[in-house]
Amino acid sequence: MQILFFILAAVALISGVLVVFQTHPLRSALWLIVNFFAVAGIYLLAQAEFIAAIQVIVYAGAIMVLFLFVIMLLNLRQPEAQPAMPFFGQKLGGIILAGFTAVILVYGFTQAKLPPAREMAPGLGNTESIARSLFTDYLLPFEVTSVLLLVAIVGAVVLAKTRLK
Amino acid sequence: MMDYVWLIPLFPLIGFLVNGLLGKSLPKGVVGTIGSLAVGASFLVTVAIFFEFLKLPADVKAVEKTVFTWIAAGPFKAEAAFLIDPLSLIMMLVVSGVSTLIHIYSIGYMWDEEGFYRYFSYLNLFVFAMLILVSANNFLLMFVGWEGVGLCSYLLIGYWFEKQSASDAAKKAFVVNRIGDFGFLLGIFLIFWTFNTINFREVFAQAAANYQAGSFVITAITLCLFLGATGKSAQLPLYTWLPDAMEGPTPVSALIHAATMVTAGVYMVARCSTLYVLAPVSLTVVAAVGALTAIFAATIGLAQFDIKRVLAYSTVSQLGYMFLACGVGAFTSGIFHLMTHAFFKALLFLGSGSVIHGMHGQQDMRHMGHLKPYMPITYWTFFLATLAIAGIFPFAGFFSKDEILFHSLISGHYVFWGIATVGAFITAFYMFRAVFMTFHGEARFDHHHVHPHESPPLMTIPLMVLALLSVVGGFVGFPIIEGANKFKEFLAPAITPLVHEIHAPVWFEITMMIFSMAVAASGIFLAYKMYIKQPELPEKVTEKFPSAYDVVYNKYYVDEIYDAAVVEPIKQGSDFLWHGVDEKVVDGAVNGSAGVIAWLSGHLRKLETGFVQNYALAILLGAVLIAGYLLGR
Amino acid sequence: MAVPLSYYLALSITLFALGAVGVIIRRNALVVLMCIEMMLNSVNLAFIGFADYYKAVDGQMFVFFVLTVAAAEVAVGLALVVAIFRNRATVYVDDLNILKW
Repeated sequence: MQILFFILAAVALISGVLVVFQTHPLRSALWLIVNFFAVAGIYLLAQAEFIAAIQVIVYAGAIMVLFLFVIMLLNLRQPEAQPAMPFFGQKLGGIILAGFTAVILVYGFTQAKLPPAREMAPGLGNTESIARSLFTDYLLPFEVTSVLLLVAIVGAVVLAKTRLK
Repeated sequence: MMDYVWLIPLFPLIGFLVNGLLGKSLPKGVVGTIGSLAVGASFLVTVAIFFEFLKLPADVKAVEKTVFTWIAAGPFKAEAAFLIDPLSLIMMLVVSGVSTLIHIYSIGYMWDEEGFYRYFSYLNLFVFAMLILVSANNFLLMFVGWEGVGLCSYLLIGYWFEKQSASDAAKKAFVVNRIGDFGFLLGIFLIFWTFNTINFREVFAQAAANYQAGSFVITAITLCLFLGATGKSAQLPLYTWLPDAMEGPTPVSALIHAATMVTAGVYMVARCSTLYVLAPVSLTVVAAVGALTAIFAATIGLAQFDIKRVLAYSTVSQLGYMFLACGVGAFTSGIFHLMTHAFFKALLFLGSGSVIHGMHGQQDMRHMGHLKPYMPITYWTFFLATLAIAGIFPFAGFFSKDEILFHSLISGHYVFWGIATVGAFITAFYMFRAVFMTFHGEARFDHHHVHPHESPPLMTIPLMVLALLSVVGGFVGFPIIEGANKFKEFLAPAITPLVHEIHAPVWFEITMMIFSMAVAASGIFLAYKMYIKQPELPEKVTEKFPSAYDVVYNKYYVDEIYDAAVVEPIKQGSDFLWHGVDEKVVDGAVNGSAGVIAWLSGHLRKLETGFVQNYALAILLGAVLIAGYLLGR
Repeated sequence: MAVPLSYYLALSITLFALGAVGVIIRRNALVVLMCIEMMLNSVNLAFIGFADYYKAVDGQMFVFFVLTVAAAEVAVGLALVVAIFRNRATVYVDDLNILKW
């Protein structure tokens, strides 16, 4: 089990690095899809089957497709030479700061006293338990999310609309 | 009637408001009548209360009537209340009576003026403030009146405010008064601090009961109060405003600077007689200042050519006599002289106003002369007043001045007596000099352009009334004969005497009277010799002592000395405070703080680069810091 | 044998840091958005890890909602990028810098 995890983790990490450091945005998008698949695999290991399925369908299947559409729509070329930023050391500072973030978080989590793990609740499968929880405890967020999606749709349409002459 | 004592200041206040607010649209006759009636009504009420007071039983020394409580703050209580006692009654009678006559006179004198209504409203306001001053029953209310008369003095001296000299004189009067008021206020503070009350009767009762003669705090209080008196009553060193105050209309000089306002200081000293007798040092100071002022001003007066200036210095000098009287412990004599002086000095000023009116504005005596045939009533009333001021029997001034000289002699102040006697000689001299130069001798004016004439009855009738008072007014204080000094008898309950009556033998008193008459007569004779018999004599004297004459003529250069010693340093100090402190420090601090903020924001704005990724970096930085803090706890 | 929680967290943190680097370094707006998605993804991973550790379904609920919100956000974000591209003919965030001092 753990071997599987390490393999998937390695895939996720490498594809993540490649997302950040690839020049062409199309390649970044494709490597991101790989990243999502790897993470979905890890979800499976964590007994979150439903979420894994959702991850593939929504994230990799819808969101990344949208990204690809936009990349192709904008017809981007390779990036040109980067101009100097007014704030010198932005890039270097960013990398260092990110590293620092990681360190802090690791430190925090390792030092944190977490309550002990529990045993598996009997009987409930993943999808059923999610559904049960979604429509009882989390009903309000569920409904609000639907409104959110509506708003996003309207916003996207308005923003991307071509001006009618 | 005593319950209506508040009507006395109310009438002039109403007159002030009516004339001040509506006067512009009212005809002049109405304005003048309202003003005079207001004061006249006060006078009548005062007379009624006076007679009612006389009927009270002998042990009732004073009556207090409270209108309302003005300030009540912890232990400090100041009421708007009146004190009806012999001293305040005399003052109220003098103030309201003389004011009424001067109001009537002013209708005639000021008839051609533009600001007729303004004049009368200010004059009524003045009478209101003066009546408050003399009838108050506590120091604070008296101070309100004190300040009020100072204000009205300023307003009236600066009546012709478009004239630079007039507005300067008004400012000078106010500022010099202010210096004195500072002393007065210190005195009030000390009084409250010492006695925990500012009510006259309470203060005096406490003082008499708890303090010995020569007590330090009482001396301090009395000296502070006296400083206020020197300012208001134009004594050394704060007298310089009074001669300049002659820039105002002549009736103003008559009322304010002869009969009433300047006497406020004397009234105050007499009112606080209980305190002053407990402080021999202060009494000596008072007497010394009074005597020195008397002779100092008299010497200046004999070299002046402006008729009003002569009278101004004469006023300063006579006030010195009043203070001298208080200083040697003869407070009643001081008040007596105050009353008689009010009569004859007001008359002298009004008479000079009549002369000026008849000469169409001419005030310099060198351009007058031989006016007697043209204005007989003015001449005779003026002459009677001059006899009174010179101290000739049986006119009013004789009795009061003689009493002062006598008391200063028998109380042992020989030096003061000597100074005062010399002063009396000089007084008689320069007053008759004024009479001779103005009315007798050769006519030194151009007959073709100047036509002197007598003044209308509106002006001459008050002159005649005052002349009558100057003649008979002294008889209420007739000395020697037992029980004839009604004035003293009446006033005695309100005053604390210094020592018990010193009785000198009758022959001594009469001898002294004859002596003072002789002194006065010799002064008159000298004036006669120099200005009638041998008119070229003054010129020769001037040539013989040029520097002495210069000094005296230029008022001993006191104004110039004050200017250099006091005014200039203050101006320079103010300049320094203005440029050095206000501009550099205060403005610098304000501008500097703005500058610092501008500098700071100039640097801070560089954070707003416009690049989103810079902002993202900043957000990340913030998140890291917060996370680090939270996780590190 | 279950995967220990710390592994999930370590991976999550690393992916998060990588995403942060990408956001700060890359000029192309689309790549920035992608890196943001990666950061959200890493947070999802952490939630799933916790859900597995505590055997509670709430973690997965959170992921559910994060996913939905991410989808909505991407839609609007890309619409914005398209609108900007139409206006400015650029997708580089460096060129959008006039809102400054």
